[in-house]
Amino acid sequence: MAAADKVDPIHQFHINNIIPLNIGGYDVSFTNSALFMVVTVVLASGFLLLTTSGRALIPTRLQSVSEMSYEFVASMLRDSAGSHGMKFFPLVFSLFMFVLTANLLGLFPYFFTVTTHIIVTFALAALVICTVILYGFYKHGLGFLKLFVPSGVPAVLLPLVVAIEVISFLSRPISLSVRLFANMLAGHITLKVFAGFVVTLTSMGAVGIAGAVLPLIMTVAITALEILVAFLQAYVFAVLTCMYLNDAVHPGGH
Amino acid sequence: MFVTPAYAEEAAPAAAGDHAAQGETHAGTEVPAEGGHGGNTFPPFDPATFSSQLFWLVITFGLFYIFLKKVVMPRLGGILEVRSNRIAQDLDQAAKLKSEADAAVAAYEQELAEAKANANTIGQKSRDEAKAEAETARKSVEAGLEKKLAEAEERITAIKTSAMKDVGSIAETTASAILESLVGKADKAEVAAAVKAAR
Repeated sequence: MAAADKVDPIHQFHINNIIPLNIGGYDVSFTNSALFMVVTVVLASGFLLLTTSGRALIPTRLQSVSEMSYEFVASMLRDSAGSHGMKFFPLVFSLFMFVLTANLLGLFPYFFTVTTHIIVTFALAALVICTVILYGFYKHGLGFLKLFVPSGVPAVLLPLVVAIEVISFLSRPISLSVRLFANMLAGHITLKVFAGFVVTLTSMGAVGIAGAVLPLIMTVAITALEILVAFLQAYVFAVLTCMYLNDAVHPGGH
Repeated sequence: MFVTPAYAEEAAPAAAGDHAAQGETHAGTEVPAEGGHGGNTFPPFDPATFSSQLFWLVITFGLFYIFLKKVVMPRLGGILEVRSNRIAQDLDQAAKLKSEADAAVAAYEQELAEAKANANTIGQKSRDEAKAEAETARKSVEAGLEKKLAEAEERITAIKTSAMKDVGSIAETTASAILESLVGKADKAEVAAAVKAAR
């Protein structure tokens, strides 16, 4: 089993207990997943805090990275949800930074990727959808249900349209979480499979070493692609969050 | 204002947690030995790990959210606001300085135009004066010359008349001298009459 682990592409997703814990009958052990959540949060917070500690009028390079991410998310949210949506800026910004840092951190060899577990991405997606639903009803009362009744639709088609709208709304947390989870999972598996080819081929002598060049090049290329995907998926998650929040802020405004 | 998203954030994973926790106890009875340590279950779909992941996600993400909201974002927002204020201030100052410079240029140009006009009038005046002076000088010189010319003409006429008066007597003397040397004698009255007739 230990030897097979080296080329087993699934091995990297295993969750191992570091400190076993049990509260009220639930297993809440501190695992490698929890460790990397802590690392993600500490790294992202530390970066944002330390790079802005100078409060320089003319930013240093790292300070402008923090400022750019702040303004990037701010303009993303303002564009899709308007100025009323800016009250969700802390939520969107922390989601974006968390997902981005977790994605990028997972690209380091031997590091655990928090976002390759459906429960984590689903919890984040559920957080977004619950925020949309709770804020929508809190702010607009039953008027929030106008979200499911687009204006200007003939009365005959209305039941069908409403059904479609409800189904699409309910599928949002699933699509939001599965998109991030599946992208990260598939990327990491692909990476591990090609890297595994390199290991297997090099153990087969001179011909194998020569043949290992191809999967090695693929591994390098896929690593580059995965860096892109890490950014892209964090961006997509944040953009969709902004669009869903727009529904909570302006339920009638399709 | 921020109560709602914060509440939702606490509520959402908690609600999902309850759901997953049920699944966890369910699965725990079926695969007690393998759960959490990578048995045959595909790890991301292993419900035995859901509760601990959710627990730590709520803690870490919750702290992250609070930290960003309370510390990082006010600081970043402050930095950006200070900068945009500073830029606006600098732009204002630049606009003020530019208008001042424009005013200075306008004043300078006006002064230049005035000076040019002054120079023109002064030049014109002195030119006129010089012309008038030259004119009077010329006139006086011309008058003097004309006077001299008239005097000279007068003298010429006087000399001419006196010369013409002497011509008769000179001719009589000459004629009588010629006659005396030719004939031996000369009648003065006849010579005078002949000279008069010849004239």
